[in-house]
Amino acid sequence: MNIHEYQAKQVLRGFGIKVPRGEICFHAAAAREAAKNLGDGPYVVKAQIHAGGRGKGGGVKVVKTIDEVKLAAEKMLGMQLITHQTGPEGKIVRRVYVEEGCDIARELYVSLLVDRATSKVTLMASSEGGMDIEEVAAKTPEKIFKEAIDPTVGMTAFQARRMAFRLGLEKKQIGQAVKFFQGLYEAFLAKDCSLVEINPLVVTGSGEVIALDAKLNFDDNSLYRQPDIRAMRDFDEEDVNEIDASEHDLSYISLDGNIGCMVNGAGLAMATMDIIQLCGGSPANFLDAGGGATREKVTAAFKIILGDPKVKGILVNIFGGIMKCDIIAQGIIDAVNEVNLTIPLVVRLEGTNVEKGKELLKNSGLNIIAAEGMTDGAQKIVKAVAGTGV
Amino acid sequence: MSILVNKETKVITQGITGAHGLFHTVAAMEYGTEVVGGVTPGKAGTMVEGVPVFNTVADAVQETGANASVIYVPPPFAADAIMEAVDAEIPLVICITEGIPVLDMVKVKHYMKGKKTRLIGPNCPGIITPGECKIGIMPGYIHTPGPVGVVSRSGTLTYEAVWQLTTREVGQTTCIGLGGDPVNGTNFIDVLELFEKDPATEAVLMIGEIGGTAEDEAARYIRDNMSKPVAAFIAGQTAPPGKRMGHAGAIISGGKGTASEKIATLEECGVKVAKSPADMAETLLSIYKP
Repeated sequence: MNIHEYQAKQVLRGFGIKVPRGEICFHAAAAREAAKNLGDGPYVVKAQIHAGGRGKGGGVKVVKTIDEVKLAAEKMLGMQLITHQTGPEGKIVRRVYVEEGCDIARELYVSLLVDRATSKVTLMASSEGGMDIEEVAAKTPEKIFKEAIDPTVGMTAFQARRMAFRLGLEKKQIGQAVKFFQGLYEAFLAKDCSLVEINPLVVTGSGEVIALDAKLNFDDNSLYRQPDIRAMRDFDEEDVNEIDASEHDLSYISLDGNIGCMVNGAGLAMATMDIIQLCGGSPANFLDAGGGATREKVTAAFKIILGDPKVKGILVNIFGGIMKCDIIAQGIIDAVNEVNLTIPLVVRLEGTNVEKGKELLKNSGLNIIAAEGMTDGAQKIVKAVAGTGV
Repeated sequence: MSILVNKETKVITQGITGAHGLFHTVAAMEYGTEVVGGVTPGKAGTMVEGVPVFNTVADAVQETGANASVIYVPPPFAADAIMEAVDAEIPLVICITEGIPVLDMVKVKHYMKGKKTRLIGPNCPGIITPGECKIGIMPGYIHTPGPVGVVSRSGTLTYEAVWQLTTREVGQTTCIGLGGDPVNGTNFIDVLELFEKDPATEAVLMIGEIGGTAEDEAARYIRDNMSKPVAAFIAGQTAPPGKRMGHAGAIISGGKGTASEKIATLEECGVKVAKSPADMAETLLSIYKP
């Protein structure tokens, strides 16, 4: 799960991390009022969407007066902000964050994440703040420093200090930086983060160490024990179908193509997307119906797939192991009847009771195209969607 | 021969009285697995499907001599269940549970250092030596004994691969699902090493997916240490970056862990990679004749 920058800063403030003062606003008039409350300018108006690269797309404005804050907020609110992370359709800006300006002397990068290779939380930092860190990692890996954190003792002072020195911080900032890094680690653990990223971490003209931007991602598996974080979820930022799917315990990701997929198991679902592409088609989604695909789940899955107007045909690929194919077939028949399916449907079944399952589909009187194996299934749906018949 | 589990393996189920635990314990017994007991705190003294239930793993081990445990405990309690099994010094622990918090697994990994237990999973289908021992949720009948070792990060995609082998009359020594989580127990290299040493295993089919670098490390291991033919498939060639494809571990992040990167590394290291998931068995059979 993701949250907005202003929410991330609010969380981090609770762990002693210094962030600029600011206020979240839903209207331009409120933005002007917020700026007034902050005192003298300059001010920064920042569009709040779940995507990076906002500055380049016009989502961050530095202005001098409270009237300019209002103007900037007016422009941003409701705009379709396009960045390299939003895709070509962009995201609608529904809230702006008005912050006090900041006198920047140095920009650094710092993040925390779970390193799979060591199975440890790792502090990663670079003196190249404000830049695209992936580019820094690719071109100048020597400018990125890492500290693996021992889970039993946590982030030690010497590790935080070593990082501060490597970043070239001055003597009077070392203590501040140590507190900052340790605070980030505490937040990471306490809130079950999967990523904490401060880019940039700023040293101000007066020598303060503060988080100018903040990005927090959370481990979905841990949300059950993080009610405060769950409450911050902004449904406007998520795909409607993906929200719907998560309510039915289905794993669904919307893609750009026109062939809807319904599969049991994540690996097989990815493989099904792949084989559609290999056969010249383009998948509209990833959908893992899970191991226990009940009738209700299958129906919900069909509805979600059909909720995407791009979908021109559906491929069902089920390897029934514990779930028997005849039960899955009945689920498909019921679902097709309930949703009044009008686009081509290709079904590939394999596994326990597969013959019974195929028999049920054949005798259902429904326009279901049966497939033998994955390649046949993919070829048939690609052909059907292309309108050349099967 | 086989690796890790065989006719001699004595299994206990942690979470045996839960719906999942019970269902799959019965299926394992029907397959012929020697299930000797179960653990559910507070239910000691009762019997389930003819086997005794214990309050603690330590009690179960002492009374039954179990040398493997399978965990079906719900996610909030699963990390603790793994550590209890590790503490009882069970040599092999298979955790089926999906959805364990990543930071819980970070603790578990640390706890396991220097201990005697091997962990498979979590969030995995389990392990099976066809005709001898099935521990986990895979359908038993799709497997058949034979010379090919199968190792995978997926569930149903592994069934697909195994089924492709079985329908071509190529059997398996042992099939292992490593699971789809970013922090887990056994990795590809551990299993490849065991297959290389196992005299009955003649060739290996490896199934990976996007996210992380485990397949790249495995590729280099194969190049440097394996004499047996290995074929592979990587799922997720069409997956977009930054999106979690079902498995917590299946995500392309920071430009790392793409399918094309992994496929290129595997091919450079002499592993034959199937382009299509429909050709996993055929690809192996193009470099290996049973």
